[in-house]
Amino acid sequence: MEELRTIPIEYYLYLSTVLFCIGVLGVLMRRNAIVVLMCVELMLNAVNLLLAAFSTYLSDAQGQIMVFFIMVVAAAEAAVGLGILVMIYRNTKSTDISLLDKLRN
Amino acid sequence: MTLYIFLTLAIVSVITALLMVFSRNPVHSVLFLILTFFAIAGQYVLLNAQFLAVVHIIVYAGAIMVLFLFVLMMLNLNSETEPQKSTMWKIMAAIAAGSLLLTLTGALRGSVQLATPVQSNPRVGLVENLGKVLFTDFVVPFEIAGILFLAAMVGAVLVGKKDLKL
Repeated sequence: MEELRTIPIEYYLYLSTVLFCIGVLGVLMRRNAIVVLMCVELMLNAVNLLLAAFSTYLSDAQGQIMVFFIMVVAAAEAAVGLGILVMIYRNTKSTDISLLDKLRN
Repeated sequence: MTLYIFLTLAIVSVITALLMVFSRNPVHSVLFLILTFFAIAGQYVLLNAQFLAVVHIIVYAGAIMVLFLFVLMMLNLNSETEPQKSTMWKIMAAIAAGSLLLTLTGALRGSVQLATPVQSNPRVGLVENLGKVLFTDFVVPFEIAGILFLAAMVGAVLVGKKDLKL
């Protein structure tokens, strides 16, 4: 534990920021809806890592409980999101998100 | 020593995340994302949050990614059916994400001055301590999470039905 303090908290900040931005890049760059959902999971994980890091550095368990609840919400989101995606695939025969612009006009 | 482990895990997680975004085959994307999750679980172990590390592997690598992989295999998606955005759009996405990264790192630089904590408790991330906090201070959110799961389960089943008649 004392050894842990050799890693500055800034390193965790930068690592989480980089992972979050890679997630944003994936959401903007990919057209497959399943990969977009995966990139959202990556962004959630970046935030989770930062919460856990601050929780350990401040010796406060609330941050880790928050990570636990984020995992709960992510699991529910993945289940419902993939259900909706399978339904979309059944109707359009594709998971391309650029086909889903019916609300535009 | 700890610093080297941290740096190795950080580099592995960033590289696999980038490979996840850039690989054309969505199945490869899923596998690279699982590697990223294992690296993040290693970070949790390094942070002395063993409970989170185990739950992370079970929930993410074990349940969520298997669900993704299952859907990908069921829909039979591969690199031939993978829709691609135009190069122009990809460059714009890279510029947008890069500006976000620059803005965030610029804002974060030197913003956190965290001295040694007031009371240092190395047992904070263990199951015993977390369970106590979860079932005393966070009992109501825990129950609400249970209701959320029930709603998600019913919703997923209803959405997945073939011809829904209400």
